[in-house]
Amino acid sequence: MYGLGMAKGFGVTLRNLFRKPFTVQYPEEQPTQHPRFRGQEFTWYEDRCTGCASCAKYCPLGIIRIVTDPHGGHEQEGGNYKIEVFDIDQGRCMYCGLCVEACPFDALHMGTSFEAARNRRSDLVVPMELLKSREKHPSTWFRPQMERANYNPYSQAAEDDKAVGREPFLWHPKRPEMRSYSETPEASTGTNPPRNEDVLGNGEQE
Amino acid sequence: MEGALRDNTIFSSVYDFVLNHVVPDGWDGWEWAAYGIAAMSVIMLVVNSLFALTTWYTYFERRLLGRFQNRIGPNRAGPFGLLQPIADAIKLLTKEDTLPRASDRLIFNVAPVLMLATTFMIVAVIPFGEGSFLADLNIGILYISGVSSMAVIAILMAGWASANKYAMFGSMRAVAALISYEIPVVLSLLSVVILTGSMSLVDIVEGQSLPYLLVLPLAFLVFVVGISAELNRPPFDLAEAESEIIAGYHTEYSGMKFGIFQLAEFANVLLASAIITLIFLQGWRWAILPSHLWFLLKVFGTATLFIWIRATLPRLRIDQVLAFAWKFLLPLGLINVLAAAIEKLVWADPSNSELLLMATINWGVAIVAVAVFATAVNNGRHVPVHTVIAGVPPGVSSAEGVY
Repeated sequence: MYGLGMAKGFGVTLRNLFRKPFTVQYPEEQPTQHPRFRGQEFTWYEDRCTGCASCAKYCPLGIIRIVTDPHGGHEQEGGNYKIEVFDIDQGRCMYCGLCVEACPFDALHMGTSFEAARNRRSDLVVPMELLKSREKHPSTWFRPQMERANYNPYSQAAEDDKAVGREPFLWHPKRPEMRSYSETPEASTGTNPPRNEDVLGNGEQE
Repeated sequence: MEGALRDNTIFSSVYDFVLNHVVPDGWDGWEWAAYGIAAMSVIMLVVNSLFALTTWYTYFERRLLGRFQNRIGPNRAGPFGLLQPIADAIKLLTKEDTLPRASDRLIFNVAPVLMLATTFMIVAVIPFGEGSFLADLNIGILYISGVSSMAVIAILMAGWASANKYAMFGSMRAVAALISYEIPVVLSLLSVVILTGSMSLVDIVEGQSLPYLLVLPLAFLVFVVGISAELNRPPFDLAEAESEIIAGYHTEYSGMKFGIFQLAEFANVLLASAIITLIFLQGWRWAILPSHLWFLLKVFGTATLFIWIRATLPRLRIDQVLAFAWKFLLPLGLINVLAAAIEKLVWADPSNSELLLMATINWGVAIVAVAVFATAVNNGRHVPVHTVIAGVPPGVSSAEGVY
């Protein structure tokens, strides 16, 4: 019947009139983001970082500056390079998260904050000291093991890299049958899960 | 002081106060001073309260529209955003007053003034409480419909003087819509006049023992739809359709001239609500509160209806708008006038029970008429359209054709 659709529309708007407004009054009220939010304040666990500079290579903007010293007291016995400089220029970061995806040792995580305003562009460069010292609220973006452990970046800090856990990189696009193996629950519980090469064996590395 | 002015409580109380307390005892022949002071004070009161109410109404509308759209609305300036109209006014006053080079300077400047003038001329006959009005004109309704259609000239002047094609489009659309919708609106007013036997708004309110919303539902429907088209409000806001013609006839206006247009439009909404309140909702009668306040409450309630319509319905096309006026509202208005005239012949001076009977008949007539004409308009609209997608062979869906 003519007019029925109109009446339905009036009903919709009337219902909205008595609903709570959707607006979040931002400066007074802090909006909660999803735990997988790709925010600023990158979280970096220096104990895990081997200085491989994968993040710097994968960054599309080239804003991660990393300087390592192979002879700085760390011999290469499967160990780490000594990291001398690790800067992220957040003024040019677009928060794509490719550095976090590229990190083979889950040392770099996205953050959960979004209030990045500074007075100078130079203040937006995050130096290594700040990355080391500040409170770690890593986002669970690209870190499914943290989600499985019910980690919430808004309620707790993850200062210890042991608590964060590691996701063994088991499946490969060419080997989809490995996918089911990586989703078994015990993969997330281990404090220090095996490294990729231990699981895959030498033949699988490309 | 004559009878009509004596009925005006504000005027007569100021008049008496000046004569008895301001003019010293023993001074004779000072009635002219009392007359002048009383008249000026009433005019100041009405005009300024209309200004104040309109500015506050903009806040009310934006706030309510926000709630209809699930957001909060203006809430930053002052407590609850109550000072937002003042902030807007300051912004408009401090903006540069631009004048297009090819414009007709005189007409460009006169148009907003004329627009506001028609608005304020309507206020003269609106009784806004028991015994409170500027003038109880015995041709009040005729005056309102005559003066309000002068706004068309202001819009046409604004559009033409702007030397802008979008402004011209907007004003032409406004003129087409306003002239079309004037007829059903006047027809619905006519039915009220037939029943009341008077064109004075005070008489109409005092003659309504039952609200005409109940007695004449068809007139109410036609009037609300027609007046929202005349006010250039959604869904009939073609004259200033932002997505099509920037801002319509006030595209080239800035600063306070634009502000005057906006003020006039919002004041017109309030005045239309006031007229609906007077004609269909018994004006200030059945007051649980003081009559002025009660009237104001009804006016804002009616304005809420307009805001609700604005929040709900999408904009129509110009041919749909005109077809709606001529094919749907005009026949309904004629049926309404016919029914009212026949009822007036049968019951010359209806009692309350007879009014109820009339209301029942009119509701039946309204439902049948709306259903019949809606179906007729709806059937006429469904012309099968043969669509041909170029480059796609028959038997192939368009998606396959594209890829």
